[in-house]
Amino acid sequence: MTRKHPSFLRKTCIGLGLALAGTLAWTQQDGARVAGPAQAAESGPATAPGNVRRLTESQYRATIADIFAPDVPIAGRFERGLRVDGLLAVGTTYGGMSAFSIEQYDISARSIAAEVTSEKRRAQFMPCQPKDEAAFDKACATRFVETYGQRLFRRPLTSAERDRYVTVAATAQQKLGKFHDGLEFALAGMLVSPHFLMRIERTEPDPARPGQQRLDAWSKATRLSYFLSDTAPDAELLRAAASGEIHTEAGLARQVDRLVSSPKLEKAVRSFFSDMLLFDGFNDLFKDPSIYPAYTVAVANDAQEQTLRTIVSHLVADRGDYRGLFTTRKTWMNRSLGIIYRQPVPTRNGWEQTEYAPSSQRSGILTDISLLALHSHPGRSSPTLRGKSLREVFLCEKVPDPPANVNFSVVQDAVNRPGSTARMRLAEHNDNPACAGCHKITDPMGFTLESFDGIGTFRSKENGVTLDLTGSLMGASFTGATGLGKALHDHPGLPVCLADKMLRTASGRKANPAEEPYLEKLAEQFAANGYRVPDLMRAIATGPAFFTISNPALVPAGTKTAITRKKGDNS
Amino acid sequence: MTSLNRRTILRGMINGAKVGVALPFLNMFLDGNGEALAATGQRIPVRFGTWIWGCGFIPERFIPATEGADYVMPPDLEPLAPYRKQMALFTGYDVKLDGVANKPHQTGNFGLRTGIPVPGETPKTGTFDVAIGNVIGQDTRFRSIELSASGIQRSYSYRGAASPNPSETSPIALYQRLFGEGFRDPNEGTFSPDPRTMVRQSVLSAVKDDRERLMKTLGAADRERMDEYFTSVRQLEQQLELQLQPPARVENFTKPSAPGKTVVDADIENVMVNHKIMAGLLAQALACNQTRVFNMLFSDTASNLRRSSSSDTHHTLTHEEPVNPKLGYQEQVAWFAAKSMLACRDFVDALASIKEGNGTLLDNTLMFAHSDCSIAKSHAVEGIPMMIIGGAGGRVRTGYHKAGRADATSRVVLSVQQAMGVQVENWGTGAMNTSRTVTELVA
Repeated sequence: MTRKHPSFLRKTCIGLGLALAGTLAWTQQDGARVAGPAQAAESGPATAPGNVRRLTESQYRATIADIFAPDVPIAGRFERGLRVDGLLAVGTTYGGMSAFSIEQYDISARSIAAEVTSEKRRAQFMPCQPKDEAAFDKACATRFVETYGQRLFRRPLTSAERDRYVTVAATAQQKLGKFHDGLEFALAGMLVSPHFLMRIERTEPDPARPGQQRLDAWSKATRLSYFLSDTAPDAELLRAAASGEIHTEAGLARQVDRLVSSPKLEKAVRSFFSDMLLFDGFNDLFKDPSIYPAYTVAVANDAQEQTLRTIVSHLVADRGDYRGLFTTRKTWMNRSLGIIYRQPVPTRNGWEQTEYAPSSQRSGILTDISLLALHSHPGRSSPTLRGKSLREVFLCEKVPDPPANVNFSVVQDAVNRPGSTARMRLAEHNDNPACAGCHKITDPMGFTLESFDGIGTFRSKENGVTLDLTGSLMGASFTGATGLGKALHDHPGLPVCLADKMLRTASGRKANPAEEPYLEKLAEQFAANGYRVPDLMRAIATGPAFFTISNPALVPAGTKTAITRKKGDNS
Repeated sequence: MTSLNRRTILRGMINGAKVGVALPFLNMFLDGNGEALAATGQRIPVRFGTWIWGCGFIPERFIPATEGADYVMPPDLEPLAPYRKQMALFTGYDVKLDGVANKPHQTGNFGLRTGIPVPGETPKTGTFDVAIGNVIGQDTRFRSIELSASGIQRSYSYRGAASPNPSETSPIALYQRLFGEGFRDPNEGTFSPDPRTMVRQSVLSAVKDDRERLMKTLGAADRERMDEYFTSVRQLEQQLELQLQPPARVENFTKPSAPGKTVVDADIENVMVNHKIMAGLLAQALACNQTRVFNMLFSDTASNLRRSSSSDTHHTLTHEEPVNPKLGYQEQVAWFAAKSMLACRDFVDALASIKEGNGTLLDNTLMFAHSDCSIAKSHAVEGIPMMIIGGAGGRVRTGYHKAGRADATSRVVLSVQQAMGVQVENWGTGAMNTSRTVTELVA
């Protein structure tokens, strides 16, 4: 096939991927991707399962806030998500469930259920009142279980499920005496059920394609909702699922349009970028307090918030061009960040939209302290880590690990030696052929960010030496962060990578080389729509791939090696 | 030095030197079946755990010149000198790569812990500690407890390829989990089962009710994941069952008080403090049967430890610090390696400080300490250091240094699993596969 632009995806593993593609052919006829013979032969159409994806922490929190209320306490802790192919969203399809997690989900379930059924909140949450608190009111208990069961399981309960939780309520009342105690435990049970904690998709015979399966309406509503809103389906989606409307092209389009223009899209965009930008890494990012006294946990949280606010307002509120995130000077600021940015912030409490000063040498989210600090060492900046992360996060390239058994004896320590800069120190690597290959990929990008120290504070010198900020990307040479921002903006791989990550977030599947033609089409569409992310999300949600049924187990393992974040691998 | 085998040890002579193999358990506190008894007449369970430190060691400061019992204690192992009789030191055992790319700080570690070297950051299968936990850790409140002292939210205990057991990183959170809600003091005297606990049991059986039907609808990989979910639910059920029974009295146990607030980060002085507190809490939890299995990550395999005000980490130093020409090794790296062994002693101290039967908790524990590499500078997976510390309830022999001579690490790990009762005949894949145990170790 002809490629309008080179694909920048899966550079390192494409050979293996193509070899495997033949055994797992996904046909592209009539635009629909369906499972190839390998899958049909192995599992048969009647049992072809949907995905089983675990709720992420943000999805869990949003789901509880939406079904109940944002102030309902979630007392348990969350296990760190599994990152597969660079995304936590993909990890939700593959990760297991530890005993720690169930313990913690149980703690959360009990805290939520106790609050929801507490006396002070009954008026808010109870769909009915029992005739007598001391007697079991089966009708009311059934109504409670059905109401919240449908919201939590994202589908109506089966009669067996309903009876099971009503029985729990009856047993609990019998033992504890009060009707609402019964409801409390019925609710707690539903909250630790796999049907709540995991999105277990169901299939049904597809009337349009005899002998084939399709996702049932509830599973479709759930996929849509978590992709476009990062939360459980709302009442309108559940209605569209119940009526079957979601199976029609027009009905689906209506729901997608509604969700894409809903304020909740911001939440989905936020979660996506928080995942893509590896912000979970802040959980164990430490800076030396004597070197960077300004860096605190509060600053780290504000820094992430700043970047996410910038992203959401640029992409969603302003419907801006994705590439503009790397060149815009528009940003958000609060007073504690203003100290590090050395920028006055008139707003006393909270956030204000502002711009980086033209003299600041900052350029879009690249120069936000979130990204600069995350990809630095505890006590110094790192052109290598920064360059590596830019390649992997924004261009979907895999930078190989440093070779084992490198002779570092030529690299003298004395990071803070007078007259030494990172560029000089790393020059030693570039003289070493074993190292040079990768450092040439990472460092020329990273050097242009050297005017920002290990937490992102501006500096013009390191160890007394004026910094040389020249660098290059794909043959283009430039200077400083603004030059880098422009180069990334113009890099053809940048929007393709975003489309790729968005597609994988939507599907929860590992990269599959057979997806490349579809991905290319999607990237073209993204370009044609002015690189607007909400339009990209709409295209994915209404596209042929979105409701594909596939068993992730059948996607050849090792198609692409997992990119998980690793600190401190490079100097 | 000639090879050391069981026979030479039992003969007690190597090159004319007397070898005393420590017999960690005395018959006087065994019952007729050879099981250890506490003063209460109850059997004392055996415990198992791993202790990982990152970035290996400085060989000349760690590997004794001779094998057997009478080795001269090398400088970096000096902190562990008080425990030399309860320690078996294994050097010179390799993770065999078999052509697998050496992913720095991962391949050696996962190769050692799963018997399968992997080129990436996730193992291909579960780790051996989980296999041991499945045998000895089934009927306690926690299947296992994972800890990380350097603030890193990482764990190298895996139930399966994509299923790590997450680590506690904060002493306060650890205390809450072990001794907060749901903890029943075995010595509190009064016991009245909470009716809410019984209700919670019925909740969990409702949750498990449609397991069979659900499983049928899933593909193989998801069935496995769902099976993990139900296994985890099983642990929760077990916790409730334990809460409904009067707990067996535990000698010398007093519920610890909550630790104060500490700074959780990678500054080694803070890490030492947090590690010691966590070790103490864990030892108490082991003593009162909250768990029998633990995994402590003292420092991550690419060690993020650092000294205050330094712009380097232990890991970056391993690559960037020049060898001190006078000493012949990297001085700062050596400092971190030695400090790691000090921490190891803190951990062992915590186990040894708890009286149990006629001995200590350490006598009934097999602690398996290891790193991810030998010489971190070159990410070498040949000669990864391993130590077995503790009496393991008499199930292993200790008190010597054994050189592996390029044998696979899996020999030691297989021996440990067998000692802990895992039914495994051979273990590891490819060149890591072995059915040969380390004869000196097997009691």
